[in-house]
Amino acid sequence: MAAPHASDLWEDDDKAPQVTIPPVAPTPREAALLPALKDAVASGIITGLLLLPLVGFRATESGSGPLTLTYRFGLVAVLAAVVAGLRLVLNLTVWHPDRRRAGKSSSPLAIRLRAGVAPLLKPAFFALALAYPFLAILLSGGLSPSRYWVDLGIYILTYVMLGWGLNIVVGLAGLLDLGYVAFYAVGAYTFALLSTSVPLNAFFDAHVAEGFWASWSFWVCLPVAGILAGLWGVILGFPVLRLRGDYLAIVTLAFGEIIRLVLINWVSLTNGGAGISSIPPVTFFGMSFDRDDTGFAAVFGLSFSPMHRMIFLYFIILGLAALTALATIRLRQMPVGRAWEALREDEIACRSLGINTTLTKLTAFATGAMFGGFAGAFFAVRVRFVSPESFTFMESAVILAIVVLGGMGSQMGVAAAAVLLIGGMEMLRNLTFLKSDFLFGSDFDPALYRMLIFGFAMVAVMVWRPRGLVATRMPTIFFKTRRAVSGSLVKEGHG
Amino acid sequence: MNALAPHWDRDPILKVDHLSMRFGGLVAVGDVTFRAGRGEVTAVIGPNGAGKTTVFNCITGFYKPSTGRLALMHGGPASDDELDALTTGGLAWSRTVNGATYLLERLPDHKVSARAKVARTFQNIRLFSGMTVLENLLVAQHMSLTQAGLLNPAALFNLPSWRRQQKEAVEHALYWLERIHLTARADDPAGDLPYGDQRRLEIARAMCTRPALLCLDEPAAGLNPRESAELNALLLGIRKDHQTSILLIEHDMSVVMEISDHVVVLEYGRKIADGTPEAVRNDPKVIASYLGVEDEAEAEAEMGAPA
Repeated sequence: MAAPHASDLWEDDDKAPQVTIPPVAPTPREAALLPALKDAVASGIITGLLLLPLVGFRATESGSGPLTLTYRFGLVAVLAAVVAGLRLVLNLTVWHPDRRRAGKSSSPLAIRLRAGVAPLLKPAFFALALAYPFLAILLSGGLSPSRYWVDLGIYILTYVMLGWGLNIVVGLAGLLDLGYVAFYAVGAYTFALLSTSVPLNAFFDAHVAEGFWASWSFWVCLPVAGILAGLWGVILGFPVLRLRGDYLAIVTLAFGEIIRLVLINWVSLTNGGAGISSIPPVTFFGMSFDRDDTGFAAVFGLSFSPMHRMIFLYFIILGLAALTALATIRLRQMPVGRAWEALREDEIACRSLGINTTLTKLTAFATGAMFGGFAGAFFAVRVRFVSPESFTFMESAVILAIVVLGGMGSQMGVAAAAVLLIGGMEMLRNLTFLKSDFLFGSDFDPALYRMLIFGFAMVAVMVWRPRGLVATRMPTIFFKTRRAVSGSLVKEGHG
Repeated sequence: MNALAPHWDRDPILKVDHLSMRFGGLVAVGDVTFRAGRGEVTAVIGPNGAGKTTVFNCITGFYKPSTGRLALMHGGPASDDELDALTTGGLAWSRTVNGATYLLERLPDHKVSARAKVARTFQNIRLFSGMTVLENLLVAQHMSLTQAGLLNPAALFNLPSWRRQQKEAVEHALYWLERIHLTARADDPAGDLPYGDQRRLEIARAMCTRPALLCLDEPAAGLNPRESAELNALLLGIRKDHQTSILLIEHDMSVVMEISDHVVVLEYGRKIADGTPEAVRNDPKVIASYLGVEDEAEAEAEMGAPA
């Protein structure tokens, strides 16, 4: 007679069958080390064998002479070691079998530390930004050697400001704008054209004071540039903002190109591709940074240095960026800012609540454009030369990349992304160790590869942090406690 | 008008006259006429595809009706002369003896809410899920907060007058949170709330616009019986405490029969019945459309039904 089936027994007893689970021996952490090592060595050897024929031998042609074979076993060894090392690190961390999932279970100390540090983060960053030029002078040992670093600071801060400006449009209102550089160009050309205008110069010389326009034009034109760029935002916005999503992106992209083409082709006004040069330099509120007796250095009793102007430019862009940040913070807490974010979340619901979506989108567009215009005027006074070359689609793409990488809507994230992207790209120029003989040789130029490396870095960040560096949204108002909203709930907007 | 006429005929807040909506060759709504009484709960019911949501979208300005007149009357009923003058005059609204009358088909959607004070909820919930519960209710008060302009300097510089205004708005929001029992979750993102809470929050958000007419598109969809009962209490409370008239689409007959004063039944885009819940419940055409009957009985019902 066949033995009764387990399920029959179960029905009889009305009890689940006993399943014995063999006790699992707890694996000590050290047990993972040996396989990890083995794996790393194996992958290193495989890499070396693969790369030996590909990289290890190199046939070089010297003039018209015969091919000569050079050996680059050092490079192969380095690459194999890199693969093995990375593999080992990954085996012991990310791929470790006992690894606890990060994120959910932070230790109480880490939470307390984070809560204590978070409110200090913004003032600390601002203080660092304020002290940056002085730190640069101190660390590089003098005014003149610090030029590169102060210039880099100005460059980064310009992109921080542009990122914050675009953040209003893309991050808050959820309108994908691929032509932001157009407003940057409008601001730059507004200042360039007005400050080099001969009739204006003559008018102010005759009616106000000799040389007034040359020394004050930046301070007069800065608000004008912002207002005109904002106006262009409105002019562009009216026909365009009825489009949504991809269509909006395409039309804004086209608008950016149109502005650039107009700048190239309207030669009588803009001097075409040759650009506008001899833009008057920035002044310390009317006081020039020249070597003469009425210059900044003489009046303040300092020895003359061209760096004074650079440092002043740094503080101007820092002030403009801070203005952008403060305005955004304030606007977010106003009904219009909440309406922007609501628009990003659900446009139809906005309309059902009586919000005029066209007007609200226009204000976002115009506000973003205005800050772009400010940045443009600053760009023109810093470089003292504008040409359409500076306002290509690449600029728009980089600014948008900063916003997306930073985490849409987050100011800290955008600032960090600008530092990372612009500063990082600049640092890639300086990777001189790659030129050493055992790596790529002296004719290797790391600057050529920086876009490639930059692309890889972007992909990596987007894989690890798909919502950007700062993926949470801070509520604009709270009843009892302010808690960040998880990025998974926040929508990206559809135009 | 005689005193025996039902309340919704004597004092309507909304007069829908000969409303038709065609999408190409498809007639979604054909010649629908009904009244919604002031301070009453009016339910629009009907089988799926009967055109209820289309009627709603016309009333709230999301669709422009092909033909028809949608007159919303603030304050009190407008006389026929006043309505005719407004209709032929070409304007979207005018003052009347009792208040003001708006022709909703002439207003763009955001003005239907902002000016005519018609608020709505959606069949598939449309909260601002990434914003907190409190923020949702503040966005709803956008219109009252931006009376001094979108870029009000008082708000930009955070002046005391603005802070006072904002405090009032927060208090209004907190009042509604109290009403829907969500005060404890004021700082949570709206997308984190359970489904029933989201439904109630959407109603509270609509109420924060201080509407004259609240349009609810299937408010009880997906609610369990207990949540459904809570919803009934909330809606009756809104009607009692806020003099807000309610127009709702609903499939849940327990909600419809319990809270509505007036039921309008649509089928295939046409109105087949209109009256008190009891009258509608016993209407043979309604029974036929909901339960389905033999062909003969249906023919009989159509013949015998009052015109």
